Amino acid sequence: MAGKRKTGGPVKGKKHISKPRDPDWASGLKQLYDSVIEEPIPDTFKDLLAKLDDGTK
Amino acid sequence: MSKEERVLPARTADDKRAFKRELTDVVPHLRAFARGLCGRPDMADDLVQETLLKAWAAQERFEPGTSMRAWTFVILRNAYLTDMRRNRFRGEYDEVAAERILVAPAGQEQPIHLSDMHRALLTLPPERREALLLVGAGGFSYEEAAQICGCAVGTIKSRVGRARAALTAMIEEGQIPDRSIGDPNAHVAILKELDEVAAGRGLAVPTK
Repeated sequence: MAGKRKTGGPVKGKKHISKPRDPDWASGLKQLYDSVIEEPIPDTFKDLLAKLDDGTK
Repeated sequence: MSKEERVLPARTADDKRAFKRELTDVVPHLRAFARGLCGRPDMADDLVQETLLKAWAAQERFEPGTSMRAWTFVILRNAYLTDMRRNRFRGEYDEVAAERILVAPAGQEQPIHLSDMHRALLTLPPERREALLLVGAGGFSYEEAAQICGCAVGTIKSRVGRARAALTAMIEEGQIPDRSIGDPNAHVAILKELDEVAAGRGLAVPTK
């Protein structure tokens, strides 16, 4: 009893039918994109956002 | 600007502040998306500014709790398509800013130049480029990307597939055109497709 183990049954969940392997450049694309996300936001944007009237004043 | 399906209740000052906070948070994402769409950083930033103003003006159509990133991306891509058709981004590519080298992650033999990557990306027809950016870089699901672009999921899948195949061919075979975005032939092709996108499926509905 104590040693009861699940055996034999098919593993639940589909085994990974892996999607086509990402080409080598895929991480480069992501990095290109992320490098922009990580750039500090230029002041022009802060100024513009500050000007939008949200009733704070 | 559009016929709205339903009018959400007027926004309180609290709502507006919350909206502005969320809008502020997506600015880096908008910049990344815009930079990927149009080559030049300064023009990309102009596009983001335009997007912020439009989003602010349309804030009553944003449903709190839904994705601000997806909602603003719709605005940005529509603004981009409009600007493209008005000629603003034609033939523009900033070589200097793209001359940074992308260091390849460990395990990869050859570094991919950021400029190569970007140039290759810019040669794709706009609707494939945006599909690839959304799914391959922005981390959107096919379903979300389809909503942003106002087209069917299958269409997005096929656009991403074609974009991937084209980039793989270009990059792995070392056939990245020098400045194909300035190549008149490429342009005619791109603009033709662009007209189709903008005319038909380009009319995405912001959120739902």
